[in-house]
Amino acid sequence: MSSVFFMLTMGLYFVSTVCYLAYLLRRAETLSKVSLGITAVGFATHTVALVARMADSSQAQLPTFHEALSFFSWMLILVFLAVEFRRQLHVLGSFIVPLALVSLVTAAAFRSDGASSLQPVFKTLWVHVTLSMLGTVGFAVAFVAGVMYLIQDGLLKSKRFNVLYAKLPALDYLDHLNQQSIVMGFPLLTLGIISGAFSAEIVRGTYVNWNPEQTWAMVTWGFYFVVLVGRLTIGWRAKRAAYLTIIGFAGVILTLIGVVLKSHGSVS
Amino acid sequence: MHVIVVGLSHKTAPVEIREKLAVPESRLREALSRLCTYPGVREGLLLSTCNRVEVYAVVEDLESGYGRVQEFLADTHLSLSSEHLTPHLYWHAGDRAISHLFRVASSLDSMIVGESQILGQIKDAFEVALTHKASGLLLNKIVKKAISVAKRVRTETKIAETAVSVSYAAVELAKKIFSNLTEKTVLLIGAGEMAKLAARHLIANGVRQVRITTRNFQHGLELAQKFNGTAVPFEDYKTELAGADIVLVSTGASHYLVTADDVQRAMRQRMSRPMFLIDISVPRNIDPAVRPIDDAFLFDIDDLHMRVEQNREDRLREAAKAEQMVVEEVAVLGQWLQSLEVTPTIVALRGRTEEIKRREVEKVLARLAHLSPEDRAAVEALASAIVNKMVHGTMVTLKAEATSSSGAAYVDAARRFFSLEDTPAAYPPAQADVQDVAEESGAGNGATRFSEASLVPHTTKEQSRRVS
Repeated sequence: MSSVFFMLTMGLYFVSTVCYLAYLLRRAETLSKVSLGITAVGFATHTVALVARMADSSQAQLPTFHEALSFFSWMLILVFLAVEFRRQLHVLGSFIVPLALVSLVTAAAFRSDGASSLQPVFKTLWVHVTLSMLGTVGFAVAFVAGVMYLIQDGLLKSKRFNVLYAKLPALDYLDHLNQQSIVMGFPLLTLGIISGAFSAEIVRGTYVNWNPEQTWAMVTWGFYFVVLVGRLTIGWRAKRAAYLTIIGFAGVILTLIGVVLKSHGSVS
Repeated sequence: MHVIVVGLSHKTAPVEIREKLAVPESRLREALSRLCTYPGVREGLLLSTCNRVEVYAVVEDLESGYGRVQEFLADTHLSLSSEHLTPHLYWHAGDRAISHLFRVASSLDSMIVGESQILGQIKDAFEVALTHKASGLLLNKIVKKAISVAKRVRTETKIAETAVSVSYAAVELAKKIFSNLTEKTVLLIGAGEMAKLAARHLIANGVRQVRITTRNFQHGLELAQKFNGTAVPFEDYKTELAGADIVLVSTGASHYLVTADDVQRAMRQRMSRPMFLIDISVPRNIDPAVRPIDDAFLFDIDDLHMRVEQNREDRLREAAKAEQMVVEEVAVLGQWLQSLEVTPTIVALRGRTEEIKRREVEKVLARLAHLSPEDRAAVEALASAIVNKMVHGTMVTLKAEATSSSGAAYVDAARRFFSLEDTPAAYPPAQADVQDVAEESGAGNGATRFSEASLVPHTTKEQSRRVS
């Protein structure tokens, strides 16, 4: 059942992505309502898919990369729906929903093996995966806010007052969203890394063995630490913060790729 | 009974005529009562703004009504004759008059399409008409509807969302940089008219901190008092920059007062908090070299003009949507007006009572299964007799008042007393005939048919709700 709902979700997110991208270029406000509706339905089917999946794999106990990514995508939509609900920031959907779709499609790519032969990618605990993914969601939202910031900044600077300009919110709101996302994401990632270290100790007997994946995770963590401290103390905000969070998110993606490569044996 | 409008606006008359015709607020009352003394004028409303003078009236006869209102307009100013006015006037009646009012209220007929002042002016004019009882059932309904249509247009289209003046364009841009203006500080350097206007708009949009600096410190102090702000010595304006989120410059200086270095220094102190600089002076007072500096956003008068021009185009696009809404709403109101006709109301009233009677009789007869056919007929006859006697008076009054001046009010009251709001304004004549025949041939049959008819109006239910 989970796979049916999963495919359904993917289809809905795809349609919603198309609508949201069209919304960026069109004046029609109804388009955003349609997209939001589709996203909400997609979110519901996604929830069913996730719950069904958890029920299926309860005996396995260990989360897979597929599940982690699917969960990430689900959280991303949840955050979007929350912000949309509070601020009616329709245009955020045009950025977040495509990202959720990409992560869901990636998740689908790691699903094909079938439930029985699924290799548990993370030899770790659910806690570690959940926390790390929640942290990643924070960074993803910060990344999206950063991208939106740079676009709006560019439009203002070049005085191109187009449809996109009208739809994007005020710069300082985007900066605020960026900051909030990192402030929320960073402690979660920190906890995720700590729990990861503990589980590594349980599984392998060492807390850290500096494999590329762990090294990248530490580099990313350190990077966000600097970004956060820089913002809170010496005013690394606005455009600089936008750039930094985009770079940081690239680091997160690299870490995830590292995880995948390792799980497939290419990297020891 | 006809609803008419006679008037002129910026589109049909030059200011020389408009200013003569304009009725100052102090004389509005007197003018209105004069309007209502004209024979055949039942209700009246006078809208007088700097861009238009219009009389909305309910008159008995269309042709003479037009004549009377035009006479009234010509009488408002000694030097104006009726012939003088004719080339500038427009006359509309019925749906077209209503549509005109809706368009005016929604600011579709304004000089600046989408401006919001006109709605307030209509509300004021209505207030005056109400207090002096110049308006009655029809105009009250129509004007209230016009106000709600205008509100609908404002919320459902973006007609009023964009700035159409240079000074307001500054506010609009500020809102794309700062989501909340309340905590922001404005620094006003120099006191050009446009900058003052922009500052006023910013304050109206929440800005609380205003710092003002002018070459003449005394002038600065006066301005500070006006804006509830603080005057700063002119020599200090460069050090003030760092504390300002929004900088408005408009002085008569012929050189750059604010250079790229000044802004760069300020930005460092501000730790990259964005800064919005508006240069409304010609020649410019802020060095254009400021533009590339990160997190500093400089706009000059041409940028603001460009923004206004774009907005104007957007507004026209939105106006097309609003026109469509007006058409819809006029149709809805037209239905209500039609419902005030006596005949359909009587038909609806008959239908309603017949339906109630049928339901009650059926209920009772279901419980009295032992009754003989004669007894059943007697029960039905009893019910019919009561119902008919009850509504007889109403029917007679409605018919008698149909041609009187308060006919519409009676009809409206009857529709409300008997909850006929959701019945259609006018039954197709065929159905009404059926009803009449059915009534003669006995209640049961006809009532069933009628209840089918009373299902029809569900489509109009929504609309009549919107009317009320």
